[in-house]
Amino acid sequence: MELKKQALIMVVAVVMLAVLAACGEDNGEETSEEADSTADDAEASDGESGSITIAGSSAMQPLVGAVAEVYQEENPEASIDVQAGGSGAGLSQVADGQVDIGNSDIFAEEEDEINADELVDHRVAVVGMGPVVHPDAGVEDLTQEELIDVWTGEITNWSELGGEDQEITLVNRPDSSGTRTTFVDFALEGEEPVEGITEDSSNTVRQIVSETPGAIAYLAFSYFDDSISSMSIDGVEPTAENVQTGDFPIWAYQHSYTSGEPEGLEADFLDYMMSDEIQDTLVPEQGYIPVTQMEVERDAEGEETPVE
Amino acid sequence: MQTNLRASERIVRKSRKLSLKNSERNGKMIVYTAAFLTVVATLAVTIFLTQRGLQSFYISDISPLEFFASTNWDPAGDNPTYGALVFIFGSLAVTLVSAIIVAPLGIGTAIFMTEIAPSWGKRVLQPVIEILVGIPSVIYGYIGLTVLVPFIREQVGGSGYSLMASIVVVSVMILPTVTTLSADALNRLPDGLRSSSYALGATRWQTIRRVLLPAAIPGLLTAVILGMARAIGEALAIQMVIGNTELLPGSLLDPTATMTTIITLNMGHTTFGSAENNVLWTLGLILLAISYLLVMAVRFLGARRKM
Repeated sequence: MELKKQALIMVVAVVMLAVLAACGEDNGEETSEEADSTADDAEASDGESGSITIAGSSAMQPLVGAVAEVYQEENPEASIDVQAGGSGAGLSQVADGQVDIGNSDIFAEEEDEINADELVDHRVAVVGMGPVVHPDAGVEDLTQEELIDVWTGEITNWSELGGEDQEITLVNRPDSSGTRTTFVDFALEGEEPVEGITEDSSNTVRQIVSETPGAIAYLAFSYFDDSISSMSIDGVEPTAENVQTGDFPIWAYQHSYTSGEPEGLEADFLDYMMSDEIQDTLVPEQGYIPVTQMEVERDAEGEETPVE
Repeated sequence: MQTNLRASERIVRKSRKLSLKNSERNGKMIVYTAAFLTVVATLAVTIFLTQRGLQSFYISDISPLEFFASTNWDPAGDNPTYGALVFIFGSLAVTLVSAIIVAPLGIGTAIFMTEIAPSWGKRVLQPVIEILVGIPSVIYGYIGLTVLVPFIREQVGGSGYSLMASIVVVSVMILPTVTTLSADALNRLPDGLRSSSYALGATRWQTIRRVLLPAAIPGLLTAVILGMARAIGEALAIQMVIGNTELLPGSLLDPTATMTTIITLNMGHTTFGSAENNVLWTLGLILLAISYLLVMAVRFLGARRKM
């Protein structure tokens, strides 16, 4: 008798776990419904309480995390959970309803699997990126043509560009990275870089460039420091001012996507993010460029127009 | 039955018996549940990974021939291609070469610990090896990046980011596993083997080489295979020193990539359900299949040992 009972319990346990494993995605939806309902509750009582989850781009996490911290200090009732995980994960999760806000370095329109019509784009900041080299390469300004030749493997030694006699080592980001997409589109005019060392973390990329003679990579402005030299393109220095005026071409929006128009805490938090208080202080402090100061804007196709 | 007992005593005995029986049953329940949960977790991971891993072929319509036999990997391009041979080769090369390096080192250290200097070995070497096991892989990667890569670049050649750097890092990482398991295998040998050999007039070296090593071979191979299982799953440390270049390496000094590094580099950037995401799951499925094969090899050796 007992053995039979135990066997029965085991079978039930097995079946339950198999079901759990098989419908991992459905589970995610359930939790998101819960999250939605808490957000609705929050709206009913007070726009500044409740809890939301934000996930996605690891490049945006420090900024969004810092803003969330300040926001929660001012609104102790609100609870905002900011996770990293990558732009692709952020877009998928907000589209599936697993999180309330999905952060991404790229436009949702650029991802085929994402139904961009259902997502609402909030551009919360701009990030400028530029080529960086090992300080001993001896080259600090390139024309865009030269930059393309370096990344497509036409030029393989710094001496060809008037620098030291040092072989060029390319340090790439992974194929699917948003930073790489931005660099390819706006610095290399769509030319794919040839194979080089590939690293995902900006910190590792910076370390490799600072330690490898002749190395070149691309990094967000916030990662620039004395261990590497940043490069000008066609004489234009990689600075926030030059990005704002549209003179320096390599930059991307930091997108916060919501599924449908934001409500309650979501809306309040995004408004706070766009307030002058945050855009003029925390955003530049964290190494980003305030989106409110941009004199040019860009659409998903990369077309640039002056801001009216 | 003992009818001459008083009623109260009978009740006490009965309840003690009952509680014993109860605790027996509870204990059984706990261990049965634990065992079954382990089996279920393994099955769930296998089912999930198989299902996700095969989507590349039946949903994203990637040709398995292209996937396994082509070195052309460009999932983000306008004309995406999904040849994963470079990464499969990279993973196998790192695993096999480091196993070849570590097997003699690990088994040699184990012989030293168990046969040559057992007391010293246990007192000094055992803790040293345990410390090596406990160091997180990111530390190995970081040391590899800051010490090993510049060393290779300056002393041997190339950019330093290479198959060679990752083999060295992985070898250090799996050395303690192989050593500890080899020492266990040698310790398990009956002492009668040693004394009989000495009684026949064999020297210590002859005893080790002709008697102990052959007797321990299944256990030693198990040690090496479990070391390989650890090597093939390692991602972080390798990612920092291998260069992650999507090209077949022409020599030990060329950078290349492994299945694990491609998964960790790209997983966060891709959206779920895209072909690019599916191929990463397929790489995960291949890794699972390889670890199944390695475990089956261990089971096979274990079965031989019992005979």
